Amino acid sequence: MGLQALFFYLFAFVAIASAFMVIWARNPVHSVLFLILTFFNAAGLFLLTGAEFLAMILLVVYVGAVAVLFLFVVMMLDIDFTKLRSTALEYAPVGALIGLILAAELIVVIGGSVISPEIGKSIANPIPDLATRTNTAALGDQLYTTYVYFFQIAGLVLLVAMIGAIVLTLRHRTNIKRQDIATQVARTPETAVEVVKVKPGQGL
Amino acid sequence: MEIGLSHYLTVSAILFTLGVFGIFLNRKNVIIILMSVELILLSVNINMVAFSSFLNDLTGQVFALFILTVAAAEAAIGLAILVVFYRNRGSIAVEDINMMKG
Repeated sequence: MGLQALFFYLFAFVAIASAFMVIWARNPVHSVLFLILTFFNAAGLFLLTGAEFLAMILLVVYVGAVAVLFLFVVMMLDIDFTKLRSTALEYAPVGALIGLILAAELIVVIGGSVISPEIGKSIANPIPDLATRTNTAALGDQLYTTYVYFFQIAGLVLLVAMIGAIVLTLRHRTNIKRQDIATQVARTPETAVEVVKVKPGQGL
Repeated sequence: MEIGLSHYLTVSAILFTLGVFGIFLNRKNVIIILMSVELILLSVNINMVAFSSFLNDLTGQVFALFILTVAAAEAAIGLAILVVFYRNRGSIAVEDINMMKG
């Protein structure tokens, strides 16, 4: 058994075990942390297949952004999670049955399939040799030429998601004080200062 | 024993099943359901990258990048909706999300 097989089984086993803990953990914070572990091991699997750029992007995007977003939301919302779980096990047996059947079907289909050798003739973008072009550069070559419209649309999707998230969560509370730059700048001595002549012996 | 395409596909099939099972198991908790959806998308990504590597075709990796983009946008919007819903109702249990039921 070579080193590659050893690392494959290590990454695959830890990824599957931590994915199981994501759905099984009682505390949602633990779920998020196990999700991060799953992503790390999936990134290891990506590295083994030679997709170096995607492995690093998986860490940056998922662990750095999405998982931290989940952590923020889990900790920000004050929810009694034990109450949410109380009747959860009611549906576990039927769910496990459906899951087992689904997994068995998928694995049987995958195990019984072979890839036609003719497919080698119709490859759209062959991966260049790693000695001549790195994975990141090769991916960039494709992304900025053939798939440039898709790339722009992906950026648009992210922009819409960002604006949508801001629009959804932004709220203007009426009873708090805010800074208004325009009124500050428009203030002059005439509008701000009032000279009052006070006669001696009298109040205002 | 050489690690082949079917090994990676088996791992991704198990991850996919765990994601589907997670939706069954945590029917009430929307946050865990969103995490299960992330697991399902991750298994799809493993499929894409494995096929890309073993067919020697870069298109799969390009497509996996786009799946990653959409998954990140989906998580952001989903969690934003969750925060707004919690602000309005004080709960995120799935059975409380029935305001539009006739």
